[in-house]
Amino acid sequence: MTDTIAIDSSVDTRKSGRFLYVASVVLLCAWVIVPIYFLLINTLSSPEAVNSFPKSFFPEFNFSSLQFFAGFAGMMTALKNSVVVALMTMVMSIIIGAPAGYALSRFDFPGKGLFRLLIVLTRAFPLPLLALPLAVMFIQTGLDDTAFGLALVHTTLAIPFAVLITFSLFSGIPIELEEAAWTLGCTRLTAFTKVVLPLILPGITASAIFAFVISWNEVFAAAVLTIENRTLTAFLLQNLDTSPLHLKFAGGFILVVPALIFIFAVRKYLFAMWGIANR
Amino acid sequence: MAEIQIKNIAKSFGAYQALNDINLTIANQEFMVLLGASGCGKSTLLRIIAGLETASAGEILIGGKRIDHLSPKDRGIAMVFQNYAVFPHLTVFENIGFGLRMHKLPNNEVTQRVEKVAELMHIEMLLKRYSGELSGGQRQRVAVARALAMEPDVILMDEPLSNLDALLRMEMRAELKGVLAASKTTAIYVTHDQVEAMSMADRISVMHQGNIVQAASPIEVYRDPAAKFVGSFIGNPPMNFLPAVAKGSGKWEVAGQSFNGPRTDKAELQFAIRPEDMALANKGISAIAKTVEPLGAHLLVTCEVDGAMFRVVLDSDTVVKTGQTLTLAPQSDRIRWFELETTLAIP
Repeated sequence: MTDTIAIDSSVDTRKSGRFLYVASVVLLCAWVIVPIYFLLINTLSSPEAVNSFPKSFFPEFNFSSLQFFAGFAGMMTALKNSVVVALMTMVMSIIIGAPAGYALSRFDFPGKGLFRLLIVLTRAFPLPLLALPLAVMFIQTGLDDTAFGLALVHTTLAIPFAVLITFSLFSGIPIELEEAAWTLGCTRLTAFTKVVLPLILPGITASAIFAFVISWNEVFAAAVLTIENRTLTAFLLQNLDTSPLHLKFAGGFILVVPALIFIFAVRKYLFAMWGIANR
Repeated sequence: MAEIQIKNIAKSFGAYQALNDINLTIANQEFMVLLGASGCGKSTLLRIIAGLETASAGEILIGGKRIDHLSPKDRGIAMVFQNYAVFPHLTVFENIGFGLRMHKLPNNEVTQRVEKVAELMHIEMLLKRYSGELSGGQRQRVAVARALAMEPDVILMDEPLSNLDALLRMEMRAELKGVLAASKTTAIYVTHDQVEAMSMADRISVMHQGNIVQAASPIEVYRDPAAKFVGSFIGNPPMNFLPAVAKGSGKWEVAGQSFNGPRTDKAELQFAIRPEDMALANKGISAIAKTVEPLGAHLLVTCEVDGAMFRVVLDSDTVVKTGQTLTLAPQSDRIRWFELETTLAIP
């Protein structure tokens, strides 16, 4: 008798646990998908449909807003600038961040703790505070209004994450693997490229994507430091302010989609690879 | 020829002295075991030989060539690590062939050598697998195969069996000993397990607090410990020690009994005897039995002699009751004597 009750209640708990699990998954998915879906609907609707009420739940595949953007002067240049700056940020933050992460995880040096703290502290200063002196400095050095100059700023924003992500990645790889490689004929460099790099590639990719997205979404420095070579965010911020609603939706869509496609394209690196990346 | 000479090696980590002036010569093809409790410096010494750690002083020669300034890859060594260190992103085949590829051997020779050592280590059916698909014992085999494939002058092993379960460890112990003897390489093997050391070694170096206390054959280390530490560290149960007082002209009084001992001018010494080197007799040391443990093969009796703990191993048919007073006669040629201050053995 007591046995049956115990089993019943455990089935009950499992059922409600399962329900809670499914509900959480649905809620989290909705959290991400619903706004993007509405953005999509409104982008693919005629200006009249965007401004009308109630809303349709299905897009009417009206491409006029997007066509308008495609033909909009400077739009393509801005898109290209955004991609260029984001790629430069990605490469620079990994080139600078990964060795720092490696050093933090593998070597003991005085001031290590302070260094880690300082890295995080770089995010403590609001960008507007730095933008003006930076603008002045960039004008003096001729870096103003260039993709490289902006990428430098975005790199400083992305580096703390790159360092901390790669630090934990390197720490997750036992030093014995490297030592084994050294005894088997590797130098420090070849041990890194043959053993460590393949193992952390998924993580490096993740942190590169992170840097890409940080740069892609950054608007303040982009707006202050560029005039002719605006990135997409800065360009849209400048132009959409005074635009009608349907164009704002279309602009937002154009901003979101490339980042989504990029993450989708490299998603497999974000998941398990030889079972070590999914820690 | 790969004789290893370790000359005056010392290592300090800040103020902590991990190794003091280590001198040791390991003969070509010898199986040397570095034995000691954790923190005695045995792993540090091995890592210095491997080039993974730099010595604070001293030099190391392999085959007469000084190698302590070389990087690990140029020392002609291969190493087996405690946690196997099998590369997770490579198959077993590529793991074993890793070193050979690094040395730019042609493909067919890599294949040939990998297959040879894989067969030797009985892992030829695992060559296509990744380390995540292997058991601990199989990973250990891969790690050993990877080291052997290099055909090194010297093979270094850092507690290679300590992560395996007891039964597998016993099996691997015998197998490893056979494989290494056949490979004709000089081997240095670090362990804290005295049974492993006794069963595998040609010679054991017992280490304690950054010093080599004794380097000798297993049976010599067991029978003639160079210091009190060795006697109490090796052997399970360990050696018994009792205070001895000089009675003049080589006579010593131990627990009320008179024994013939060394002729020195010391007033006191330590008398030592292994638990299995005693027998029940009419005349001898009286000991009060405190705990009686029948272990099947023999009977372990923990006694008290003048307030000191004293263990004796007797035949399993012996009947001993707790509280009983035993009269124990030590086998006279097995008695050892140690100095009190230096704790060193008196020959």
